[in-house]
Amino acid sequence: MLDKTIPHAPDHVLPSADPNATAGSTVVPDTVEEIGPAPRSNATRWIRLASIFIVLIGWELAGRQVNPLFMSYPSAIATSAMRLIASGELGAALLESLKTLLVGFVVSSAFGICVGLAIGRYRTVEAATDWVINALYATPLVAIVPLVTLWFGLGFQAKLFIVFIMTLFPVLINTSAGVRNVPAQLIELGNAFAANEWQIFTKIILPSALPYMMTGLRLGIGRAIIGMVVAEFFTAITGLGALIIKYGNQYDTASMFVPIFVLMLLGIALSVTVKRMEDWIAPWKARQGD
Amino acid sequence: MAEDRKVKLAVQNVSKTFRVRGTMGESDSLLPVLRNLSFDVYENEIVSLIGESGCGKTTLLRIVQGLIRLDAGTIRVDGNAVGVPGRDRGFVFQQSSLLPWRTARQNVEFGLELSGVPKRERGEKSRELLKLVGLAHATEQYPHELSGGMQQRVNLARAMAIDPAILLMDEPFSALDAQTREVLQRELLRIQAEANKTILFVTHDLDEAIYLSNRVIVLGAKPGRIKKIIEIPFGRNRPELPQMRGEPEFQRIRAEMWDLIRNTPASAAVAA
Ligand SMILES: Nc1ncnc2c1ncn2[C@@H]1O[C@H](COP(=O)(O)OP(=O)(O)O)[C@@H](O)[C@H]1O
Ligand SMILES: [Mg+2]
Repeated sequence: MLDKTIPHAPDHVLPSADPNATAGSTVVPDTVEEIGPAPRSNATRWIRLASIFIVLIGWELAGRQVNPLFMSYPSAIATSAMRLIASGELGAALLESLKTLLVGFVVSSAFGICVGLAIGRYRTVEAATDWVINALYATPLVAIVPLVTLWFGLGFQAKLFIVFIMTLFPVLINTSAGVRNVPAQLIELGNAFAANEWQIFTKIILPSALPYMMTGLRLGIGRAIIGMVVAEFFTAITGLGALIIKYGNQYDTASMFVPIFVLMLLGIALSVTVKRMEDWIAPWKARQGD
Repeated sequence: MAEDRKVKLAVQNVSKTFRVRGTMGESDSLLPVLRNLSFDVYENEIVSLIGESGCGKTTLLRIVQGLIRLDAGTIRVDGNAVGVPGRDRGFVFQQSSLLPWRTARQNVEFGLELSGVPKRERGEKSRELLKLVGLAHATEQYPHELSGGMQQRVNLARAMAIDPAILLMDEPFSALDAQTREVLQRELLRIQAEANKTILFVTHDLDEAIYLSNRVIVLGAKPGRIKKIIEIPFGRNRPELPQMRGEPEFQRIRAEMWDLIRNTPASAAVAA
């Protein structure tokens, strides 16, 4: 009946979890199996730093050989950045962009989560809406920018709408997927314990779908930044997008790189923030190792 | 014999037929799963339902819990007819259905939260129960940090927390390894004795049924019906299972159950 053979424990693992097994001897093994992801080794960190350093040096050396009209290099970009920061131009542009980005993202996320919850939970809502969502999600939304300017003009509203519509679908689709993927036995648990619909929603569906929602937000923030730049290029020219266009037109490539870098940093910072929130809100997922 | 004792659960003439959706243009077919089952469970008793896989044990338990509507018959808990889920019955699921985002303690408090029990009271109750099931040291651990056996202890404590009239347990130890299962069977007897619980226990393991129960209900299959209700003549202070297996009485009952479950001629069922 019990013909399963127990696999041989690897040498580096403590031979037995039974405390009596080692009670007599006081030998402490120098390697104990650790739980959780392997710690990032120092070597990895140094290699990464070296790689960054080498790429920057290489760029600097190569960039100086090229006509500054086409390409710039780190030291020139840094000088331009100092100038743009000192004049307050960069700060003002960043603030303007952030306003569009954050308002659009927050409104869109709130809306997307609510609709996503309803779609995931109720078959009828899903049937009524899935075709339009799939169609819009498949449409490259940049294509509707001219239409948006017709509806909303060139001002703040148009920009908000573009960020909104870009953010919406990843948030909405992930949220509804999260609701649909709530394990059936957890819903059954709620039913067995006579939870009402609201309790099932708040105590089972919502926490279970939370990691999916956070993934939606993480994808959404990336698209929101794209939407923001697109809006700044194609509606009233403002913010970081305006800086890019302005210095592009002036053939000041070094200065043009500054807002591009800021966008990159913004993207990284916001994704990391959402990821941090994800680990904080749903620690059980992080510890399981996703 | 025990007619003077209080009936906690009364199952009367329960029948259930599933309608199975036909595939590829076939018409729907009817699958009779339970036919005319009647039995009582008395206070402080452990009654096991045993029968081969697919004979309708889970279906019966889910009907008692109110998760499945019955076609005919009545279910009474403490004398009151029930048809929908209620916290007068505590369900212990087969696989761990712990909420992964809650600690052991928070999982135990789940049912109490649903009834709006205040936080302090919940905390006291859950700690007391986790202590009872032997998990006083792990109250703040998440399910994925617990072994399968520990998870089932939490599962049991969660069902007990709402103080149900009866605990319904659906093969709660079947996914555990043999040693852990024996430990938990022993633990269940201890907990049942300490907390005076009434339990309806589903299993397909003959030894488990005999070891745990005051009575064993042997079900026949297709459709599920009661073949015999067997009194287990061992007192509450039972030796450990390996020791019990050696007793002639144990072996006799085991053989009888085995015959009943295996296709014995219909005449054997009539004898019940
Ligand atoms: N919801 C359902 N719809 C149709 N048939 C079902 C359903 N649930 C269970 N059955 C069938 O009823 C029979 C009894 O199942 P079950 O109660 O799970 O048996 P057991 O727990 O004794 O193994 C099986 O043949 C199963 O396929
Ligand atoms: Mg079953």
